[in-house]
This record gives sequence, structure tokens and C-alpha cells, in this order.
Amino acid sequence: MITLTHYLILSGILFSIGLVGLMRRKNLLMLFFSTEILLNAVNIGFAAVSKFYGDLSGQIFAFFIIAVAASEVAVGLGLLVLWYKKTGSINLDSLAMMKG
Amino acid sequence: MEKYLYIALFAPLVGSLVAALFAQSAKNYFVGIFTSVLIFISFLSSMLLLGYVGEGVVVHVKMFDWIGAGNIEIPFGFIVDQISVIMMVTVTLVSTIVHIYSIGYMDHDKSFNRFFSYLSAFVFSMMILVMSDNFVGLFIGWEGVGLCSWLLIGFWYHKESASWAANEAFIMNRIADLGMLLGLFLIYWQIGSLQYDVVFANIENLNPTIVTWIGIFLFIGAMGKSAQFPLHTWLADAMEGPTPVSALIHAATMVTAGVYLVVRASDIYTLIPDVGFFIASLGAFVAVFAASMALVNRDLKRIIAYSTLSQLGYMFVAGGLGAYWIALFHLMTHAFFKSLLFLGAGNVMHAMNDELDIKKMGGLYKVMKPTAILMSIASVALAGIYPLAGFFSKDKILEVAFDSGAYFLWFALFIGAGLTAFYSFRLVMLVFFGEKNYEKYGVHPHEAKPFMLYALTPLALLAIIAGMFEHSFKEFTTQILRDYEFSLDHSVAIMLILATSVVAIGGILFAIYKYKNGGFSESIEKLPIFQLLKNQYYIPKFYEVAITKPFALASKFMWKNIDLRVVDATVDAIASIIYSTGQKARLVHNGNLSTMLRLMVVGLVVLLILVILFRP
Repeated sequence: MITLTHYLILSGILFSIGLVGLMRRKNLLMLFFSTEILLNAVNIGFAAVSKFYGDLSGQIFAFFIIAVAASEVAVGLGLLVLWYKKTGSINLDSLAMMKG
Repeated sequence: MEKYLYIALFAPLVGSLVAALFAQSAKNYFVGIFTSVLIFISFLSSMLLLGYVGEGVVVHVKMFDWIGAGNIEIPFGFIVDQISVIMMVTVTLVSTIVHIYSIGYMDHDKSFNRFFSYLSAFVFSMMILVMSDNFVGLFIGWEGVGLCSWLLIGFWYHKESASWAANEAFIMNRIADLGMLLGLFLIYWQIGSLQYDVVFANIENLNPTIVTWIGIFLFIGAMGKSAQFPLHTWLADAMEGPTPVSALIHAATMVTAGVYLVVRASDIYTLIPDVGFFIASLGAFVAVFAASMALVNRDLKRIIAYSTLSQLGYMFVAGGLGAYWIALFHLMTHAFFKSLLFLGAGNVMHAMNDELDIKKMGGLYKVMKPTAILMSIASVALAGIYPLAGFFSKDKILEVAFDSGAYFLWFALFIGAGLTAFYSFRLVMLVFFGEKNYEKYGVHPHEAKPFMLYALTPLALLAIIAGMFEHSFKEFTTQILRDYEFSLDHSVAIMLILATSVVAIGGILFAIYKYKNGGFSESIEKLPIFQLLKNQYYIPKFYEVAITKPFALASKFMWKNIDLRVVDATVDAIASIIYSTGQKARLVHNGNLSTMLRLMVVGLVVLLILVILFRP
């Protein structure tokens, strides 16, 4: 029997994977992937808890998050492409123009 | 009438502010004339007020509420009564003449405009001092004249000695002002008001000890401003300022503010005759003490300054013994002849290219006849020869001293009168007669500009005739001041007058005789007494050794050990902690996104842990 706990564990594992990716990866594209993993980990959590309580607002919130994530990726990828055209690199360490 | 009061009070302020606008620009005669005219207007208003007050009207106005906090109610009010109107007329008259004179005297000075701004500001402060109807206003004026005195003594601030003298005068006065402030606090604490009328109406109900303390504290303030022993050293050093300043501030007006305070607070001092007697004794002491220093000094202005000190002593004798109107009378006559003497000395200084040593002068009579005559008139008046002004006021003081049974004081003043006559004529003889010593120094003296001399004539006239007003002056001032009842026999009084006149004339004749025949021999300068007097009783030296140097040492100790090691160290430690924390935290801001993300995660984890630990 798959219970709420399993879903939440899955969500936690996914979130951890996302976090580790966020911390370890240097490639900007990979960072976007990690962010998506994080968001979707949260979505799983929301959907599961929503189903558990029989309250739809959690699932509605998950939809919102998906929408926001999509627009974020759209803008972010646009910027990333521009950045790549400008510098020829999407390495995170080279993104330090404001360094004092 | 209120209109005239405001004109008299604020005309000098307007002059000062307008002159201040031109302070940085080149010399402009307009500034000098404009301020002089305004002071003259102030003088005319004061004369009109004198007329009104003579008819028995006391003008009392309240401009606005000034300080109101809790139970303190101090209005910005002014009163023109018999005492203040006399002071107003004296101050504005002398100020007018000094202003006009200064147009000529400061002609070559590049800070001409600035000078007039200060001078008018001084007159304004002095008017506040004498016209205020409460002790706080008096104190404001008191500090105002102190400030202007500082500005004017140090007018040539690029001279080390001038700025030193200015600071000395200011600091000495601060010491005394502390005493005065304590007196004011005491009055307010005991009576709950600082209005003259309220204070004087209630002072009798106070505990005599408290009244004594009030009298002592107020007199300490008066001692500083009027340069009484032991706070007298600043007055002689204040001669570093321009001569018109010495004439106006350090002879005629500001230094007499102490006497004015004693006269104004006469209702307090009549209750405490012991303090009054102390004031009189100190005054008599200073009268002789200062006169003795004037005997040997060679500095033209310092001699006159010591003479001022001595005359202030006379005024305090009269004030201390309860003869307030006589103190005020001597204050007025003294203002006339002493400012005349100073302004004449200014002419001499100009003629001699700012040389002050009277031994280097001599024989100036031939080139400076008018000045010589004016200064001789002033000296005769100062010596107290009938029928000049000094005779009437000074003899009255001697009579008072004799009449009160204070024979010792009388004797001191008697000696003082002889000394005064001697040193005044020593000065006149050495400057104007005898050998022309100046020729050795290659000086070509010239008389001052005619308008400066004309400006001095009113003072000379008053120095001659002011004594004639004695009876009307007495009637006028005793309307509010306590009259002094003489119990002396007429014949005794005549004897006293004769004795004093004889000693004064004797002093004059001795000086004339001695200095006509070449003066004293050089050997007199080797006498210990001469050295003692020449070094001003070693008092400045004593102050330096006993007060200034230990204080400087203590200050240095405090600076090196307390300030640098404790205060500065504490502040520096706080600063360095913050600085090093910043230095360490700076690494966070290395601009690397990856590091930032890691830190963000760390923060998130920490917050989560906190949430778990402290969940409700």
C-alpha cells in the first residue's frame, strides 16, 4: 500500500537531489534542471498532502508552481542564450561581473 | 516711550549686523559712519528716555515670553528706570565718541569694517545688560559683552600676545561667571523668580545665611568683570586690543558692569552689611594695590589700565558701604575722563608709530598740543582737583569711608588719591614734556586728524563739568536707590576735602617737580620695592607657576594617560572589532554565484533546524 509517507519521502529525496545539484553543478543549464527538480519535488508534496486531506487548494497551488516554473525557465533560458552569445561560456564561475 | 526704548536698544544691533555684511570686504567709510550714526541715534533716544524718567515715569516693557519650562517663566523684558537710564546715557555717549574716533584711528587697518561690527555688537550687549528687567537678561548681556571683549582684545589675532590676552580675559571671566551663575541659581531656588522686582520684594524674607551666599556669589561675578583682585590680571593684558576698545570696554563701560550689578542688587547688599564691608575693603585694597603698580610701569596703556582698576576699587568702596548713588556717580564721571585719557593715549600711540614705552617719548607737547591739553584735563579730573568731575565723585567716596567709621579704608583711599595724582602726572610729564627722547628712535610724531580731536571735546567738557550735576544726580537716582545719610559735621567734611585736595595737588606738584628735573635716578630701579611693583607683585608669575603650569601638566597627564589610554583605547577597540568582523564577513561577498547558492542552502538548513527545534 502506498501511503502519504512514501510520497513525502519521494518528495524529500527529489528535493535533496535538487539541492545537491544546485550546490555542486557549475553549468548554468544544469542549475536550471536542478531548480526544476526542486520545484517538482515540492509539487509532489503538495499534490500528496492535498489528496490526503481531500482539499484541492494544494493541487491548485501545484499548478501555479508549474506555471511559474515554465515562465521562469522561458525568461531564464533567454538570458542564458544571450549570455552564451556574449561570453561563449555558461560556466557559473565566469558570472562574476559585479565582483568588487 | 517704548518706541525710544526699542530704538535705543536695537539701533546698535542693526549697525552691527549691517557692518558684519561688509566684514570681509575692503575698508569702507560708510560702515564707520553708519554705525556711528546709529549709536548716536541710540544716544538721543537714551537722552529722551532720561527726560521721561526725570519726570518720574519708569518704562517697563515685556517684549515676549522668552523661556517657559515648568515653573520657570522668564520674559524678555526691559526696564528703564533711574539706574539703567544713567547707564544707558553713559554707555551710548562714550560709545558714540569712540565710534567716531575709531573711524580715524582704525583708518589704516584692513579689518576696518569688522572692527565696527564688533564694536556695535558690544554696545548692543551692554544695553541688554543694563536694560534687562531680570537677572537672566543681565546674564545674557554679561556674557555678550564678555564675548565682544574677547573678539576685540584679540582683534589682531595674528599677534600671539593679543590672542593670548583675549583668552586670558575670557577664561578669567568664565571663572567669575560660574560664581554669578551659582548666585542666580540660588536666587531662583529660594525665590522662584529672577525678575528684579519680585526678587527684591522677597529677599528680606529669606534666611540671612542664604542672602549672604547670594551676595557673595553675585559679587564673585562682579569681581571677574570688574577685574578686582585676585582676578585682576586680565585687565592689564587686555591692553593688547586696539586703543578705542580699551577706552570703551576696559575703562568706561564693561568693567563697570560689576559696579552696576552691585548697585542694581543694592536691595540685597543692604541686608548683608558684612559682605558690603568686605566689598569695600577689597575695593580699597585694589585702589592702592593697582595705583602702586601704575607708579612704575612704563607702558602708556597699562598705566591707564591700572588706574582704571584703582578707580573701580573706589567705586566698590562706595557700593560696599551702601552709598550706591555715589558709586554710580563715580562710575559715570570716571567713564568720561578715563575714556578721554585712553583716546588721548591712542593719539599719542599713533603719533609714535604704536610705541608704548613712555620713556621713549617726551616733549610731545610741541607737536600735539590739543592732545596734550585733553589728556591733561583728563588727568586733572582723574586726580580729583576742584572743580573737575573727579573731585566731586572721588571726594564723596572718601567722605563715605570716613563717615562709616572705616578710617582704615579712608586712609587707604587717601593714599590712593595721592598715588593717582602722582602717576597721572608722571605719565603726562614723561609723554608731553621734558626731553624729546623720541628723536633718538627716529620717530616723527604728528597730531591726529582734526575730527578725532573734535570728537573728544564733548568728553573733555564733561570731564570738566560733570561734577556740577552732583545734586541733580543725587535727587534723580535716590528716587529708587537708598540714600546715604551723612552724619559728618560740615567742618569735618571740609577738612577731609581739603586734606584730599592737598594730597592730590601734592602728588601732582611732586610729579611735575621731579620729572621737570630729569626724573628719578637709575638707581631707584634696583630697589626691591621697584622690582616688586614692576613685576606686578609677581602675581602673574605666581599664577603661571601655581596654576597655569600645574594645570598644563595635569592636562598633559590626563591626555596621555586617561584620554589616550582609556577613552581612545575603548573607542578604538570597538571600532577594530567591527572592522575585523567586516574583514572576515567580506569573504562571503566574493561574487561567485555558486558560493552564494551554497550559503543559501546552509541558511535554509539552519532555519529548518531552528524551526524543528523551536516548533510550538
